[in-house]
Amino acid sequence: MDLATTLTGFVALYIFMLAAFAGYEIIGRVPAILHTPLMSGSNFVHGIVVVGAMFALLNASSLTEQVIGTAGVFLGAMNAAGGYVVTERMLEMFKPSAKKKA
Amino acid sequence: MKLHPQFIIDASYLAAAFLFIYGLKRMSSPVTARSGIVVAGVGMLVATLASFLYFFGVDPAAQPHLSANLALAAGALILGTGLSWWQGKRVPITAMPQMVALYNGMGGGAAAAIAAVELLRPSVGGGLLQGIISEPGQALQLVVGEVSQRASASHGLVHLLATVVGALIGAISLSGSLIAWAKLDGKIEKTWRMRGQQVVNGSLFVATLAVGAYIIFGADGHAAPGLVAAFFVGALIFGVLMTMPIGGADMPVVISLYNAFTGLAVGFEGYVLQNPALMIAGMVVGSAGTLLTLLMARAMNRSVANVIFSNFGATGDEQQDEIKGSMKPAEAADAAVNMRYASKVIIAPGYGLAVAQAQHKLYEFVKLLVDAGVTVKFAIHPVAGRMPGHMNVLLAEAGVPYDMIYDLEDINGEFKEADVAIVIGANDTVNPAARSNKSSPIYGMPILNVDQAKQVYVIKRGQGKGYSGVENELFFADNCNMVYGDAQKVMVAMIQAVKSLEGGH
Repeated sequence: MDLATTLTGFVALYIFMLAAFAGYEIIGRVPAILHTPLMSGSNFVHGIVVVGAMFALLNASSLTEQVIGTAGVFLGAMNAAGGYVVTERMLEMFKPSAKKKA
Repeated sequence: MKLHPQFIIDASYLAAAFLFIYGLKRMSSPVTARSGIVVAGVGMLVATLASFLYFFGVDPAAQPHLSANLALAAGALILGTGLSWWQGKRVPITAMPQMVALYNGMGGGAAAAIAAVELLRPSVGGGLLQGIISEPGQALQLVVGEVSQRASASHGLVHLLATVVGALIGAISLSGSLIAWAKLDGKIEKTWRMRGQQVVNGSLFVATLAVGAYIIFGADGHAAPGLVAAFFVGALIFGVLMTMPIGGADMPVVISLYNAFTGLAVGFEGYVLQNPALMIAGMVVGSAGTLLTLLMARAMNRSVANVIFSNFGATGDEQQDEIKGSMKPAEAADAAVNMRYASKVIIAPGYGLAVAQAQHKLYEFVKLLVDAGVTVKFAIHPVAGRMPGHMNVLLAEAGVPYDMIYDLEDINGEFKEADVAIVIGANDTVNPAARSNKSSPIYGMPILNVDQAKQVYVIKRGQGKGYSGVENELFFADNCNMVYGDAQKVMVAMIQAVKSLEGGH
């Protein structure tokens, strides 16, 4: 039980700050040709919300919570899976002329 | 040492956070991009599977419902994954922007759902954060003692604030993204505006904020379910009202903004659930999305506020100076032959190319030119298509190698040396008025300098104006000829013209 991390106050702010910098730096260097797949890719990444929705649902103790929690997991799963498929399909098409197909 | 479920969960989240950032990093180059999404996908899989371990440490109150909840979670997971996987595999590449909008809205909805569950949950403790500030040691012990139910342990002020703000942003992102999706998908055709809309939107927003503030400060997290519902309904309606008046051409900026919104909402709810994976992933997307939104708005020479709050298309009706000259039509075959004997051709494609599904034919034509020894380059305006980089994806789909494709800054100097510039389905992005005419609504927007080429051909369906409603001076220029017709049919005619030329020898 002593493995717990408490992410309140300044610890949370540090996490937010560093994550914000990471996101800024990563996107800042991306060539324009990858903007759409990257937007789609970041759209996929926030699909991690499904994990939070699972936590909420597993801890649900009333019917209302169960209904909302289930909707949350469903929506989050769509976000994650849909985001992945769409991004992968787009990136699959990027090919340099060196590997020319007939 | 026995592995505690919470330890496995935390370790998995750490791994997921690393894989997300590393994956996004790999996506920043076309060479490694494909592997980037796979890396991030592995992170998602690990985190999701590990989350089933919450099973071992749920709230005592939820214990009797555990098996039902588990079944619901698995069912919703399978259904949501299956549905979007099936749909995402089938949708055509031109429809990608609306799919991003749709899935983004889903994420916002999920964040809002987490917040709703939190706000409706009968609270256990109170004032955790205040406790930490006043008596650090004691508060820490309280937290350690309640590891298994961290998330529900407290309704401290900051906790509540994060919940409500995340709920607000998530709900706006949900309904707003759905409207954006419907608009891009052609389900909502017209932009819907009314008198005093700003006032209505503003009042609704303030009212929603007031309810939110009451939930935080007045009710101390114990607000009646009706009030919580009213808060969400207010936020959802605001998202609809905010997006409805925005025209189709501005949707890329809007989707990007909502992408950032969802990221922020996820980050806040991650704080609420004390889940570092959500906090990191959400905030990375939040800041990356914000930057992307600013880049896109800048490419259109407008501020984000201008996109959201002004009705751009409406200003284009003002009187415009008469443009001298006339539009001169040209035959597709003549244009094709001219290009065949040129030494350098630059192509400026726009969304019209994608609408006509002509990108494959275009590349077929380009290959003929290249075989004939012509240097061909593609010039992409930052807002060509419906999202930044959308045109690149469409060209990639047709098999165009990405090293033939150039960004605006890289190619604009080369138009002077080009024998032929060909504009396909683009309009505002090549209008020289943006450089010269200060009274033009698009003045100052960076454009492709196609007018500097020796000869310009514009392939266009009719004589209509662009999204901005501005007449295009380029079409009247001396060195410009119009090739009227559906882009795909024009490309077929051009291919035949060049082929018959080769055959004749």
